[in-house]
Amino acid sequence: MPAKGYVEISMEGCKGCGLCVIHCPSKCLELNTSDTNSYGLHYSYLAKEDVCIACANCAIMCPDAAITVYKKVG
Amino acid sequence: MKEGYEVVYKRPKTLLDKRMHYCPGCFHATIHKLLMEIVEEMGIQEKTVGVCPVGCSVFAYDYMDIDMQEAAHGRAAAVATAIKRMLPDRYVFSYQGDGDLAAIGTAETIHACNRGEKFTFIFINNGIYGMTGGQMAPTTLEGQKTTTSPYGRNVQKLGMPLKMAEMVSQLAGVAYAERVSCNTPANTRKAKKALKKAFEIQGKGLGTTFIEVASNCPSGWKCTPVESLDWLKNKVYPYFPLGVFKDVPAVKEEV
Ligand SMILES: Cc1ncc(C[n+]2csc(CCOP(=O)(O)OP(=O)(O)O)c2C)c(N)n1
Ligand code: SF4
Ligand code: SF4
Ligand code: SF4
Ligand SMILES: [Mg+2]
Repeated sequence: MPAKGYVEISMEGCKGCGLCVIHCPSKCLELNTSDTNSYGLHYSYLAKEDVCIACANCAIMCPDAAITVYKKVG
Repeated sequence: MKEGYEVVYKRPKTLLDKRMHYCPGCFHATIHKLLMEIVEEMGIQEKTVGVCPVGCSVFAYDYMDIDMQEAAHGRAAAVATAIKRMLPDRYVFSYQGDGDLAAIGTAETIHACNRGEKFTFIFINNGIYGMTGGQMAPTTLEGQKTTTSPYGRNVQKLGMPLKMAEMVSQLAGVAYAERVSCNTPANTRKAKKALKKAFEIQGKGLGTTFIEVASNCPSGWKCTPVESLDWLKNKVYPYFPLGVFKDVPAVKEEV
């Protein structure tokens, strides 16, 4: 079954604070600790694509408005 | 966008496409974002004027795509008073830290509230002087260590932390006072609702509106952003409770 939703996270806009990661109810986000963006910061990414429920909790928590949330139509 | 999906959240257009200088996880950025979401949703971009403080948010005008004015340290309430009186149809807010609003600017704050100036205070209380390197503020908690209270705030010598939202709610000019925070999605949604309500009350010209944000400063508190949420929950909210302290429109509606 296709996922209910998905998110796009701006790699350069993310500061790696982790607030989205700890507040995702489906635990689908992770911080990439093996890579950095051009600011030298670890960034968050959608690690488990199939469990996102498009609740937007991550985007609401993100101080830097780096997250766009998409929901399956219908 | 993938086929069969629609956008349910995106960065507001009113927040300029610039990287904010705030430290990772700082609620200054969260509140900028919420404010600009409200301005976009209410369709008041051309009618909103913000006043910036001295403090970490001194460059707030670089991020919000609205008219903004910088004020001298602590004087944002005086500047906002002038703007609102000259342009009463505008939505005017002052955006101030605790060093700005509750230390050097205490007089301006209290008198603007007492006069019932019809603008909105957005008060970012992080219990510290973030910008200058983490000195003690009037809102620093009892026993909290800062660079100027290395053994912890001694309340015998320095008094108890000032509860601004509670204090200003005693003043007749104030129509609405609430303390909010952004430690969870639910509280962040509530914070947005409170900011919107303050703007709506301002639009009706009912008096001063005052939103205090129990904010964080991971850098000044010397912790990670995630740890700053624990400090808020365990230390800050017990002394600075979240909630509504004054709601004149609601009282009027009940009568
Ligand atoms: C007249 C004057 N006095 C002192 C300062 C130094 N100063 C700059 S910011 C600041 C306080 C910042 O703390 P706060 O208002 O809490 O803002 P934050 O950085 O924590 O958001 C001080 C004392 C100044 N710039 N001007
Ligand atoms: S929208 Fe909800 S489920 Fe999806 S990544 Fe964000 S917090 Fe997790
Ligand atoms: S909340 Fe925003 S800045 Fe923080 S880790 Fe998540 S995407 Fe990055
Ligand atoms: S010093 Fe504190 S208040 Fe200033 S940007 Fe950093 S975390 Fe935010
Ligand atoms: Mg401060």
